[in-house]
Amino acid sequence: MNKNPSSGMIEVQDLSVRYGDFVAVKGVSFSVAAGETFGLVGESGSGKSTILQALAGLADDWSGSMSVDGLALVAGARRSLAFRKHLQMVFQDPYGSLHPHQTVDQILSSPARIHGFGSIDRRIAEVMEAVGLGPQFRFRLPHQLSGGQRQRVAIARALIVEPKVLLLDEPTSALDASVQAEILNLLVTLRHERGLTYLLVTHDLSVVAYLCDRLAVMEKGSFVETQPIEALETGAFDQDYTRRLFAAAAR
Amino acid sequence: MAQDTLLEVDGLTVRFPSVHGPIEAVRDISFAMGREKIAIVGESGSGKSMTARAILDLIRPPGERIARSIRLDGTDLTRLSPRQMRQVRGGRITMVMQDPKYSLNPTMSVGAQLYENWLIHVGKPKRLSRAAGQKAVLEMLEAVQINDPPRVARSFPHELSGGMGQRVMIAMMLIPQPELMIADEPTSALDVTVQMEVLKLMDGLVARNGMGLLFISHDLPLVSRFCDRVLIMYRGRIVEECRADRLHEAQHPYTQGLLSCLPSYAQRGHPLATLSRDAGWEVAP
Repeated sequence: MNKNPSSGMIEVQDLSVRYGDFVAVKGVSFSVAAGETFGLVGESGSGKSTILQALAGLADDWSGSMSVDGLALVAGARRSLAFRKHLQMVFQDPYGSLHPHQTVDQILSSPARIHGFGSIDRRIAEVMEAVGLGPQFRFRLPHQLSGGQRQRVAIARALIVEPKVLLLDEPTSALDASVQAEILNLLVTLRHERGLTYLLVTHDLSVVAYLCDRLAVMEKGSFVETQPIEALETGAFDQDYTRRLFAAAAR
Repeated sequence: MAQDTLLEVDGLTVRFPSVHGPIEAVRDISFAMGREKIAIVGESGSGKSMTARAILDLIRPPGERIARSIRLDGTDLTRLSPRQMRQVRGGRITMVMQDPKYSLNPTMSVGAQLYENWLIHVGKPKRLSRAAGQKAVLEMLEAVQINDPPRVARSFPHELSGGMGQRVMIAMMLIPQPELMIADEPTSALDVTVQMEVLKLMDGLVARNGMGLLFISHDLPLVSRFCDRVLIMYRGRIVEECRADRLHEAQHPYTQGLLSCLPSYAQRGHPLATLSRDAGWEVAP
């Protein structure tokens, strides 16, 4: 675990991920600066979620190098507690990603306890306020919450351990448009208040256009191209594939 | 449109019992459509899918459907026996659901499923031969622009991509030559580029077969490009109806709210508008 202070918040070099014989990600490299929001775009099966899973330690068979805030991931080894604290994940489906038998209080307290935080009671109250959940929700179960409220709980669970990086995997795709707007506003506010770095995976170019600073377009496990976000205003892309994606999304 | 009404829904309510008293998922809605593309748009829980299910009498007990009448080309569907309704369902009215992974039978080849549907709705009633059915199956796969129909007919649903699966689903729903096709979020599970292909395909088929299309969606920008008219539902009621190409002129604050909360490049750096819901929206207009 050598710290390399000169590198970006997220450094990925020549990453390949395999599922058995299938190579889901083929030699991908990118760097995300602290405070930056980087979008990974592509169709289903293009490998974008697999990159997040590799960073989160959920893919076993990978090669290349990955580091977050200078802490390197080692293939085959358990991620250190510090690494896991720095990097938290918010998933697409707030129905599937919260334990159905645990109250909001329990869902939020266990990561705080695992990472050795004190005054958990106060922390839970603070993080709930930060994500816009009133104290009346604290002892509710997930099924007693709306989709938007559940996604707020999922974001609060990620934030309670004070991470530096959030991996966002289609965080608003399962939500209604008006609720999506509320969650996007929340993500912008939190990024500003806490100096967070986001790595966002989505198929929705309008969400990328609103939230991200740069985007990479993926097809069949590789980066097709990487562009500053201004490309989404003009449609100035290098590759045919990206132009088609842009045209389909622009509707 | 008025001279050629295909479907006329009059006073439809869908009600479910709950411990807090009955809940009305659809509240006394009425609308009429011709052989056109009409969209029902709303958020989750607005009652749009329940409306589609209620037309086909697919509300499961203890839920109940109450309607003054639901007329399909003059036939009042509320007065049909379950047996007669089975001939309408999947015959005169067919339905394409969101996810082909769940609506196709995983244990039957695509060809066998299409053939079975043909047999029930076309082959048996018209006493046609097996060969005629097999020919119809391949023709339908071709009509939904599938390359190499014989190969796809032999394959199983898990061997198909999402877009292919949805084409197969549409092919199956076209076989009985329905008067009305209901499509409930037919492209929401598909990638954007595939989405446009499937929509174009449906558009062409609706025009060619002279069907009506009832398109259920949560995606306002999508339906404004694809449909003729849009009904906007909020908490079980139709709060507004407008021409799809005039959606930007919508009057109801709910419709305006749904349109203005969408993220875009132009909105960067500004908080997105959110809906402040008004209790008045729930009252019948």
